[in-house]
Amino acid sequence: MENNRGPHISRQFDQDIERLRSQVLAMGGVVEEQIADAVTAFVNNDAELAEKVIIRDHEVNGMEVALDEECSRILALRQPAAGDLRLIFAVIKTITDLERIGDQAERVVKTVSRLGSAGLIHEHYPGIHHLGDMVKKMLHDTLDAFARMDSEEALKILEGDRMVDREYEAIVRQLITVMMEDSRNIRGSLSVMFAARALERIGDHSKNINEYLIYMVHGKDIRHTDNITPP
Amino acid sequence: MNDSNLMTHAIDVDNIGRKPSSDVSATETCISVENFSLFYGDKQALFDINMALPRNQVTAFIGPSGCGKSTLLRCFNRMNDLIDSVRTEGTISIDGENIHQRGRNVTELRRRVGMVFQKPNPFPKSIYENVAYGLRLQGVNKRRVLDEAVERSLRQAALWDEVKDRLDDNAFGLSGGQQQRLVIARAVAVEPDVLLLDEPASALDPISTLKIEELIHELKERYTIVIVTHNMQQAARVSDHTAFLYIGELIEFGDTRQLFTVPQKKQTEDYITGRYG
Repeated sequence: MENNRGPHISRQFDQDIERLRSQVLAMGGVVEEQIADAVTAFVNNDAELAEKVIIRDHEVNGMEVALDEECSRILALRQPAAGDLRLIFAVIKTITDLERIGDQAERVVKTVSRLGSAGLIHEHYPGIHHLGDMVKKMLHDTLDAFARMDSEEALKILEGDRMVDREYEAIVRQLITVMMEDSRNIRGSLSVMFAARALERIGDHSKNINEYLIYMVHGKDIRHTDNITPP
Repeated sequence: MNDSNLMTHAIDVDNIGRKPSSDVSATETCISVENFSLFYGDKQALFDINMALPRNQVTAFIGPSGCGKSTLLRCFNRMNDLIDSVRTEGTISIDGENIHQRGRNVTELRRRVGMVFQKPNPFPKSIYENVAYGLRLQGVNKRRVLDEAVERSLRQAALWDEVKDRLDDNAFGLSGGQQQRLVIARAVAVEPDVLLLDEPASALDPISTLKIEELIHELKERYTIVIVTHNMQQAARVSDHTAFLYIGELIEFGDTRQLFTVPQKKQTEDYITGRYG
């Protein structure tokens, strides 16, 4: 289906949809910053920044609620069909995943306080830093693809999720070794592992958003099909 | 498909995701339209239409005013014969019989293919006589047979309970929605195979409209129904298949659920999402 569709007869409807799209991107922007801040707070063991991330998650939640309301308003008043319907549908699902990404960022920083008492395991920070950069870029690219309704890009990002999974597995393997070497490392290692797990989940949520995007553009639901799932 | 394939044909739309759930060709055909064109004098109104309308299902025709949807509907029982300047090409068959065949009994065709119009048009007679009218024309006069047919038809039209105590009242005393259901009862009294509905609910209030829609859903068990409607939500609600016509051409014809969520043609998408100026 063509992406560059003409305007609606109802210009107000166009404005509604444009506003909706920009609100989704704004929410995505905030979530992206949350990931960056969460990783920084974790790596620097910065309790103040961690607190800021936790507080800002309320903002993300509020954006989800507002967008949900906007979507139900459009559904009730406009009864959208075809591409418009798929757009609203994709937005409703996308914002749920964005909100969950926000929750995962919060989860990362919540380990900061735990780490404080558990002793620092500096040698694992580069891994977390790297994984954080990967998922942040993945979300960034996802939002870009969403803004441009670029399903080709979405498919590429879906492929990229495997790299995130591999990076996560590498961190886990490393941590297991560290824990086996010295049981005093277990507490700190588990915290790092929880953080890594949260970041890996962010990759999964971004993947979902790309799947919604492909549905929005082509009307094909590729979730739970063999075409995309990793081997 | 393996991963590298996925990347090379990055978006092979036909091969990712699931297949559409249903397909027009999978069902038995009732009305078959082949290479059908229609002219009003020099002006061509329908261009080479090809479609197969499935039996005991509801097919909706949608499209902007003047796109030819009513014209096409009226071909199915040869109502256009009444207009002198009309000329047609191609064939329309109902249950395999060409309806334009020489010597074809048009009255018999119209008994088999009933029609209901936008405005309710009951005869200035009693409710009972309105429904019995077609049967009387066929020479049925036995009171018991007529009584049975009238009750059966009014029940089918979901009107019986509202009028059973006043069958001898004049039909004009009924509300618009009731009159429209009475006209449907009149159409089904002669036991047609096909029901053509031309904007059957556009002159009715929302509640009466919903009653008609519910009725259509029940009637499709017995009849093949073709409905023309300007109300796209209505087409989406009542029909199994939808045909989108534009300036005399059939643009897209397919499963209603598919057409309203993932239309295959840009023109269809533009129309159902309100993008036509």
